[in-house]
Amino acid sequence: MWLWSSTLRGGAPSSGSMQSTSITVPLAKLATRSCLGPDLERLRGRCTILSVDDQLTAAMALVEMDGVARRVVLCTPDLAAEYMPQVIRESEADAVVGELPTDPAIRQDIGISVRPAATLCYEIRARLQSHDTEWVLLTSGTTGAPKLVLHTLASLTSAFADAPLERGAVVWSTFYDIRRYGGLQIFLRALRAGSIVLSSQSESVDEFLIRAGRSGVTHISGTASHWRRVLMSGVASSMTPRYIRLSGEIADQSVLDGLHGAFPDTEIVHAFASTEAGVAFEVADRKAGFPASLLSAPIANVELKIEDSTLRVRSPGNALCYLGASAPAIRATDGFVDTGDRVELTDGRYSFVGRNGGVINVGGLKVYPEEVEAVINSHPWVRMSRVMARRNAITGAVVTAEVVLLTEEGSRGQRPDQERLRRQIVERCANAMPSYKVPALIRIVDSLEISAAGKLVRNDA
Amino acid sequence: MSVRSTIASLFQEVADQQHRKLAPLSDDLKLLQSGLDSLSFALIVARLEDSLGFDPFDAVDRFPVTFGDFVKLYEIPRG
Repeated sequence: MWLWSSTLRGGAPSSGSMQSTSITVPLAKLATRSCLGPDLERLRGRCTILSVDDQLTAAMALVEMDGVARRVVLCTPDLAAEYMPQVIRESEADAVVGELPTDPAIRQDIGISVRPAATLCYEIRARLQSHDTEWVLLTSGTTGAPKLVLHTLASLTSAFADAPLERGAVVWSTFYDIRRYGGLQIFLRALRAGSIVLSSQSESVDEFLIRAGRSGVTHISGTASHWRRVLMSGVASSMTPRYIRLSGEIADQSVLDGLHGAFPDTEIVHAFASTEAGVAFEVADRKAGFPASLLSAPIANVELKIEDSTLRVRSPGNALCYLGASAPAIRATDGFVDTGDRVELTDGRYSFVGRNGGVINVGGLKVYPEEVEAVINSHPWVRMSRVMARRNAITGAVVTAEVVLLTEEGSRGQRPDQERLRRQIVERCANAMPSYKVPALIRIVDSLEISAAGKLVRNDA
Repeated sequence: MSVRSTIASLFQEVADQQHRKLAPLSDDLKLLQSGLDSLSFALIVARLEDSLGFDPFDAVDRFPVTFGDFVKLYEIPRG
């Protein structure tokens, strides 16, 4: 199965469309029109980086490239240029769709660069699929450098490929970028089922909600943080979806209650999914966490288990592997992917209590404590630090830090007062990292517990 | 300092830190039009919990939409 053919209904083109703020592309038009034109043939069998700003252009190019390119690497517009050489190397890319990197050393490796048009301005005779295209998604790694996660169209669509199609018109939308796992899931569902309304970085939440309402969006997905913004916008009622989906972050009870209050007639579902593990389960009872009974009866083809307090998933939706020479394995020897999400069982229901290794999820963005600690520890007056998550009603969690200062021995001179040091540490973090990684609070402490193995004790939840 | 002025100065402090231009604060100012983003609000809520000792979002009926709504969340005594 190829992406293009997934839009067909019994061989006939779909009546659905893809919409941006200004352009609507009927899916049927993709049968005879192209945004890549004759350049599409040049990508055949190539490993191609897809790096364009606009989501609609990315969407059109993806439909066209699936079955043509050997591999497509989905870059999000926020990928820092410094990581591009690593992405090209690890994915073995030899073509770019979009902006070619300016670095001459990188340009050498890339044989072909193709600029897609913003509309389907080229005519084509037929779509010829010859390759089972591999799809590569990027997730953030420990040092901020991306990890490349390999999927196939089959693994990406396994959560819904066999599900019956909904009756009536389905118009999907998502707050996510479709080049991230959560957004891509919605994009692929939408192509199969109907239409999609794509968000735009240039739009405010209000503008997007009003447009979604006008476009008749029936199904819409986002993280808990996206939905909290909707609830705070005051214009939630401009849209009347039949189905709201939360994923990518843990949904707490207050956001589920808030959504039910604002959309009393809407089905509200929170899903557990990650780029590596795929979609694990969906919960529709509007309660945070998930019933223990789900472990024995998750969605089709998915197996779940809890081991060492973390949730593990084995399914055809699992990613195949990470790319790169020194990449770790995604699946354990028993085939399960450890999600790293720690759970606790109370009265027959599991709740999420944090992440293994202390990874902090700030509004859907991952923060590795070690990365922040390294920046804090580079301050001349810091002896050591411990970075932790703190639960937060707006972004799910924020970053906080405990810091042990050096004493005024030796020739370091007089130590600045604590308030000044706190400010300096925040400034140092802000200069070195994106703002979601900068600690919201810094506590100066006398000492931090070190385990018998000589490691910092991390017991954050 | 009143809860309102504590919150107002915190809005300004976080706006400065996040290099954002804060709109003049009034009760009917919509939070999403204040110039602050989600992360800014997250910082404000975290710091208020630190200084006031509670997080009203634990038992919120309705998410605040305006600056006035936001202040009210913190002015209502717990209990």
